[in-house]
Amino acid sequence: MPRFKHFSTALLLLFTATTSLAAPKGDLLYEKNCGTCHGLDGSGGVGVPLSLPSFQASVDDHFLFQNIRYGRPGRVMPAFSDLSDAQVNAIVRHIRSLAPHIKPVVLDNSKVISGDIINGKKLYSENCGQCHGANGEGGHGTGVTFSRPRDLPIIAPALNNAGFLAAASDEMIRHTITYGRQGTPMQAFGRKGQNEQEINDIVAYIRTFENSKHWQPVAVDEATITMESEYGLEESVENLKRAAVGKNFKVIRIQNLEDGMFPEAEQDKRSIIVYFCNFSFVNRAINIDPRVGLFLPCRITLTEHDGVVSLTAINPRYMSRFYNNSELDEACSEMYDIYIEIMEEAIL
Amino acid sequence: MIANQLKKLLLTLLIVITAQVQAIEIDGSSQLLMMRSKQSFPEAMLALQSTLGEYDYIISRVQRIDIGLTGMGYNTDMYRVLFFTKPNEFREVIAKYPELTAYMPLKLTIFAEKDETIIATVDPTVLRFINSSAEFTRLTRRWRSDIVAIMDELRELE
Repeated sequence: MPRFKHFSTALLLLFTATTSLAAPKGDLLYEKNCGTCHGLDGSGGVGVPLSLPSFQASVDDHFLFQNIRYGRPGRVMPAFSDLSDAQVNAIVRHIRSLAPHIKPVVLDNSKVISGDIINGKKLYSENCGQCHGANGEGGHGTGVTFSRPRDLPIIAPALNNAGFLAAASDEMIRHTITYGRQGTPMQAFGRKGQNEQEINDIVAYIRTFENSKHWQPVAVDEATITMESEYGLEESVENLKRAAVGKNFKVIRIQNLEDGMFPEAEQDKRSIIVYFCNFSFVNRAINIDPRVGLFLPCRITLTEHDGVVSLTAINPRYMSRFYNNSELDEACSEMYDIYIEIMEEAIL
Repeated sequence: MIANQLKKLLLTLLIVITAQVQAIEIDGSSQLLMMRSKQSFPEAMLALQSTLGEYDYIISRVQRIDIGLTGMGYNTDMYRVLFFTKPNEFREVIAKYPELTAYMPLKLTIFAEKDETIIATVDPTVLRFINSSAEFTRLTRRWRSDIVAIMDELRELE
């Protein structure tokens, strides 16, 4: 019996220690999963400034939780579906600690607000569409560094986004329209003369966005674009240079694939990279998403194997899906077409 | 009787502990690997170069995107792309998986954001459509694990 007692005590101690070890640490989880985009102190960056007092005051923990859990499909913010509820709650608590003196609003998230959708559409068009988009598609771009001036902390969110609609209750939307967000372009329409019924009409109209078509990642399985050239390696390189220049790209560098890894004499001369760039396009891509470096600069690798020269490039449409950015999808489709045109012209 | 109950208790405990430990390791957003360094861009760049070296990677090239953009009249903060690899492994990998050529060497994007620096790349395991073999999966997982470890080290630096 005493042996059993000791064993039980040891078990209890082990369990307590493990539980304590496993308790999610909000600060660490935030730093690893959120801090890169939202800033370690919540001051924003690629993502919105979570420490902004008016933001903290106007959203409840339910809204924060749902945003982390479901993300904003196609609008950069990923869904953290792999995190446990305890971990998400720990992150929410940490976000609250970024503005400890702010008391968040208490909302009845179960309340359904009804209103005149036709009038709501008219009011939305007059008051909201300019920033949030005619169909609730939101402002363009992201990222403080490249996309917008540093004094503008928030890009108007996409109100037609499935993640937003899942996270925001009618009450939360109504509250935000009524009181606005101080320190952002979002005005307090309740103080601008809009009455309660008119605001309810807008909420009812925004809720109709749930019926709109929502973003899905592009389904592309081919990670690379590959074509074979009938020409020799040197001639293929020259053809490729001409084709890139013909599409308004500047050839910025030609090198052996192994350049920078081995002394020149030891490098495999049968694999050559042609780098080319259209700076206007690069600037646009970085404005859309500052993390697009993996696509930069444009590059096609030519490899000679058994007398056959093949041209290979990454497939931008394949890579785009990993950025959760619908605007980037469009730019990557454009880039895909350009790659195809350049490669086809080079092998003609 | 007591022994059976103890066995059940132990088994339950083991399951709970395993689940908790797994939960700690899950990172959430897994397709882009990103980190924010508290260091300014020049310091973070140096630290990144040095940490890559500690993991036996060499930097084969640095593409100075910001220089190209400002040279063409565009405003940008510091923005570079680092190409890194292990040379001998690079040769083996390219010989075995020539379709991977377009994605090699591996890349990291590093750019300034005010006084801090962001480093980002795509999780190498997303290249699974290139090859579905267990060996290839192990390779991309190792790259992922190295990048995550490197980022964890850099995150600690003040």
